[in-house]
Amino acid sequence: MKKQALVILVALLIALPLFAGDFYINLSTQVLIAVVFACSLNLLVGYGGMTSLGHASYMGLASYIVAILTTRYGMGHGATAIISIVGTTASAALFGLIALRATGLSFLMITLAISQVLWGLAYRMTSVTNGDNGITGITRPMPFGVSLESASSFYWFTLIVTAASFAAMATFVLSTFGSSLRGVRDQPRRMAALGYNPWMIRWITFIYSGFWAGVAGLLYVYYHKYIHPTSLSTTNSAEGLLGVIAGGSGTLGGPVVGAALVSLLKNYASGYIERWNMLLGIVFLLIVLLMPTGIVPGIRKLVGRIRGGQK
Amino acid sequence: MTTPEYALEVSNLCKSFGGLAVTQNVTLKIRPGERRLIIGPNGAGKTTLFNQITGDLMPSSGKVQLFGKDITRLRPDQRAHFGLSRTYQIITLFAQDTLEHNVALGLMGLRSARWHTIRPMSFYKDIAHESRRILGLVGLENRASLPVSDIAYGEKRRVELTMALAQKPRLLLLDEPLAGLSSSERTTVKSLIASIPRETAVVMIEHDMDTALDLAETVTLLNYGKVIVDGERDAVIADEKTREVYLGS
Repeated sequence: MKKQALVILVALLIALPLFAGDFYINLSTQVLIAVVFACSLNLLVGYGGMTSLGHASYMGLASYIVAILTTRYGMGHGATAIISIVGTTASAALFGLIALRATGLSFLMITLAISQVLWGLAYRMTSVTNGDNGITGITRPMPFGVSLESASSFYWFTLIVTAASFAAMATFVLSTFGSSLRGVRDQPRRMAALGYNPWMIRWITFIYSGFWAGVAGLLYVYYHKYIHPTSLSTTNSAEGLLGVIAGGSGTLGGPVVGAALVSLLKNYASGYIERWNMLLGIVFLLIVLLMPTGIVPGIRKLVGRIRGGQK
Repeated sequence: MTTPEYALEVSNLCKSFGGLAVTQNVTLKIRPGERRLIIGPNGAGKTTLFNQITGDLMPSSGKVQLFGKDITRLRPDQRAHFGLSRTYQIITLFAQDTLEHNVALGLMGLRSARWHTIRPMSFYKDIAHESRRILGLVGLENRASLPVSDIAYGEKRRVELTMALAQKPRLLLLDEPLAGLSSSERTTVKSLIASIPRETAVVMIEHDMDTALDLAETVTLLNYGKVIVDGERDAVIADEKTREVYLGS
């Protein structure tokens, strides 16, 4: 049953451009980008117990590196994508060294502070980032000579990258390292006594999470063909975090559902309701009240209860 | 290679929290395979001493040697790789995971495979087999698939001990392993401790003297962070200071 539902969902996702208009195709592309971003944040928040309010930094940084290198220096997409991901991952490694000096609330505050510094730089270093005007004129890559200019081709490209990202992150959390990570989240002292190095486990996860946020950043900048300092903002980080918590942190499906929900409310409902933020707040409030652990674990519990009742 | 004379050698260990000296010039020598009981009133600094031996707390001064190797500045995880294992006063298990997974984590902790980012734990069949075997030795094999949250308190104590023993440590620190157990559970855990092979030296903090003294060969009495009496079990128990500070007249 579960397998059949998954097959139908995958088939629907692949076939979407065949029956949907450009508006819905683009909306779905944005949802997929949000899913990659939320899944990368979930590695930290859900599996590592490291709540970050600065994760958009890595997405924004990857976007800015691509934007600057392609528009200012005329570099090719292949090289800029590699430099962007390497640069973003290296910055995650560096910022991780700073942020992981603390845990809990202090960790959250450090990630927030770092993201504010980067956001400030993006705004103020106008000679590099073009400040509040952002950077325009970014083009989409042409992998293997295939143009990604149309809504459907870019959607399929994003779908492939999202599927690969999801598979890689799922493998990561289900591995022995993932078991260590969950152990460090729950009982760091015990894990250290068993021979695990909690700090190193957290740092590797921080870097890996930054890497995938960078991938989301590449998709983001290719999709919008424009980058602005708001991409690095706390609001963006908070929206990602909201998606992870609403969907169910520490589960594979949770961030997918949560990111889709936040993204749809932001990009779709906002077209009909002026105060979409309020709607998001109400939805979030309902989730917290009715399913405190998130939508996916909540539904799982509900299904379990119904099945238990049937028996 | 000659075996070092001592499994654990603690020399002039001191620890202060601000003006409060919780460990004062503590010197301890534990031989390989020895069974040592650490006693003392509440607040004597017994667990703080354990925490310094395991690396959870850094001493202000002094030295900790494990089988002749200076481990004073090593992290807790590094010490575990040199054969040091411990249990906690308050049970620290992975409540949502199965008993088998808890023991498997203990086994995996000393393997380089713990860093593997692709292979799942289930890939390592030998670990699963060994976890079940070890759980079988403590009578918990039929509980192996249950989450820790579903088992009784006494069984959790056994799982904790099993996790530590699974690593085949050369030195095992037990922090009040009998705390909170019923009489029958105490008997079970006591026989489990008694069955620990002689390759492992055991240092135990315990308040249940009737049970603990049966397991101990040597005893150290701590009070206000200082070693008051140290030596053979009967001699320490008969000592005037032990009665005065801990046992009462």
